[in-house]
Amino acid sequence: MENTHQAHHLPYDAEASKIGMWLFIFTELLLFGGMFIVYSVYRYLNPEAFHLAGEELNTFIGAVNTVILLVSSMTIAMSTSAIQKNDIRLTNILLGITLILAIVFLVNKYFEWGSKFAHGIYPGSQEMLSTMSQGEILFFGLYFVMTGLHALHILVGIALITWTLIELKQKKIHGEKYDLLENSGLYWHLVDLIWIFLFPLFYLIH
Amino acid sequence: MQEAQSALQASYLHHQGRFKGLLGWIFSTDHKRIGLLYLYSITTMFVVGLLLGLAMKFELLAPGKTIMEARDYNATFTVHGVIMIFMIVIPGLPAVFGNFLLPLMIGAPDVAFPKINLLSWWFYVAGVFLVLAALIFGPGTPDTGWTFYAPYSFKTGTNMLPAIFGAFVLGFSSILTGLNFIVTIHRMRAPGMKWLKMPMFAWTLYGTAWIQLLATPVVGITLVLVALERIFGIGVFDPALGGDPILYQHLFWIYSHPAVYIMILPAMGAISEVIPTFAQKHIFGYKALIISTMAIAFVGYLVWGHHMFTAGMSGTAQYAFSLLTFLVAIPSAIKVFNWISTMYKGSINLRTPFYWASSFIFVFMIGGFTGLVLGSLATNVHVHDTAFVVAHFHYIVFGGVSFSFFAAIHYWFPKIYGRMYDEHWAKVGWIMFFIGFVSLYTPMFYLGMKGMPRRYYDYLPEYHGANILSTFGSWILAMGFLVIVVNLVRSARKGELAVSNPWNGKTLEWTVPSPPPFENFKEVPVIGEKDGPYNYE
Repeated sequence: MENTHQAHHLPYDAEASKIGMWLFIFTELLLFGGMFIVYSVYRYLNPEAFHLAGEELNTFIGAVNTVILLVSSMTIAMSTSAIQKNDIRLTNILLGITLILAIVFLVNKYFEWGSKFAHGIYPGSQEMLSTMSQGEILFFGLYFVMTGLHALHILVGIALITWTLIELKQKKIHGEKYDLLENSGLYWHLVDLIWIFLFPLFYLIH
Repeated sequence: MQEAQSALQASYLHHQGRFKGLLGWIFSTDHKRIGLLYLYSITTMFVVGLLLGLAMKFELLAPGKTIMEARDYNATFTVHGVIMIFMIVIPGLPAVFGNFLLPLMIGAPDVAFPKINLLSWWFYVAGVFLVLAALIFGPGTPDTGWTFYAPYSFKTGTNMLPAIFGAFVLGFSSILTGLNFIVTIHRMRAPGMKWLKMPMFAWTLYGTAWIQLLATPVVGITLVLVALERIFGIGVFDPALGGDPILYQHLFWIYSHPAVYIMILPAMGAISEVIPTFAQKHIFGYKALIISTMAIAFVGYLVWGHHMFTAGMSGTAQYAFSLLTFLVAIPSAIKVFNWISTMYKGSINLRTPFYWASSFIFVFMIGGFTGLVLGSLATNVHVHDTAFVVAHFHYIVFGGVSFSFFAAIHYWFPKIYGRMYDEHWAKVGWIMFFIGFVSLYTPMFYLGMKGMPRRYYDYLPEYHGANILSTFGSWILAMGFLVIVVNLVRSARKGELAVSNPWNGKTLEWTVPSPPPFENFKEVPVIGEKDGPYNYE
């Protein structure tokens, strides 16, 4: 009861928080939408250079990361089903797996970027400026910005899933009230979906 | 009077929460207190922006250097623009009156996410401090104009990063407000409050919220790209590395043109509330107003190219953007016709909010018609980048926001503070502001037609006369603003106590005491089949 003095007592409305999350996802799509516009304009202007630069990327690591994200999307979706059946233990395990997969994704990304840096490929590098064409420089500029921004979203996702795990432990999330878990899931699917577009655009299309 | 006194004591203004004093405000999740937090922070920033504007006008009092060098003039109009656009006109009506009124108007206890609402104000404050940091620290004040055009925005040696990051954070604040309003309107309308029973102000907030949500992320990513360009040199907007500065302009205006509609829609909404109340008549064409609101929100999203007619784009694109620009004029004109028709055969009560609303229509029409001059390809080339453009968008943006804002603050003043403003001084303030406004910006149309370019601290001697008039106008406007603020501050403390419905308004906020209690409605209001927001029959 003491809570009524601090804030309005709004009834719990899972639908409202889900709509809120969807609206937030729209903003994320438009954020990346801006990047995809920039990408398509420069791809259209420099088809040759984008082709050459794309071959420099390691398709194997990219494919592994794609599989990792797809599986993690599946495990977080399964955790929502588990909480609906009020199986807290299974929910915990599935969320834990999602978290580990997210971290593995970032570790792979670290090695991928690291090997690029070792070859002198990073924005503003003298080696790039002297050996690459303008189109290739643009390709790698976009590659680092877009995958970097995506990695930032993975970090936010990790924070969200951790928060969900904590609330699960505190029993604030249970079979009757699991909007945070569902919203973390929605967000995680978005992060996955963006990668599903980034992977072919940078690694596969030649 | 006894009743009014006890309403004041029991209101949100005196509500005792977890914290006392100032902390009880800046940590309050009550939508009414957050609305007032925005009101005070926006007014403070407006004073800063106004002083910068006055400094620019003073510089233009005479040809040559008057008080500042060209470099300082560039910095002044940059900071003036950043403050006025990102900190005042965008959050202005939605964050102040939207927060205060939306839950009251739809019969809800609060917005859907009160904590996120408070967070959005905190983001606003953080954004303000970041931009101010750009002025105080670092190698120099930003001098790119508020548009941050590439490639200069990453070539200039001035302190751009905090300003860009500040604008980004302010955008985040705006998105959170929009998100909150959409969910609130979808989920928290009182029983019986169907979509077509919502007050116009709530409708315009809904339209604005969608633009905030769908346009702001685009400028967000664009600003991130400029910042990354500055730090790492990624090349996307740098012609030296193959990038295209025109692409920057496209991305920037994809947001920044709809931004104009973010601010004008709730302005129109406020006017649509004031006019029926002071004409004591049902609003004319309620559905037409709703459709035109949504049409402006939608078409306004597709006209950004008209900012770049001379920047280099294909003829087809120019025709398309010009046509779409003309299309926006139609729903805007529908609104003007509806407001005038609402007054027709009404019993008009000539109080201050009505003066502000009528003068809003006047300045909005001048701004709108001159917008057509700029939307036509041939005339655009002639007046592009001249004082004409500055006069046009000040009529629309500054006129649109300030006149509707003052209409709104006088109209809802009794509801917000539980006291009446002083009618005499309010009218004095209005006439001074109006005369100042018209004499400040009208000469600039003439100057632009004669070829005086914008953004120069100097001009040729033949432009002197009109510039003197314009500068005088700026002084009258500032004095009018002072009268208004002093009157309102005084009235908020000492004004006559207000009854719950001093204007005989029909929307739900007038059914609760003035000022409203913390929980808004003692019982959840139920809207009947026959009830409506403008039911004067």
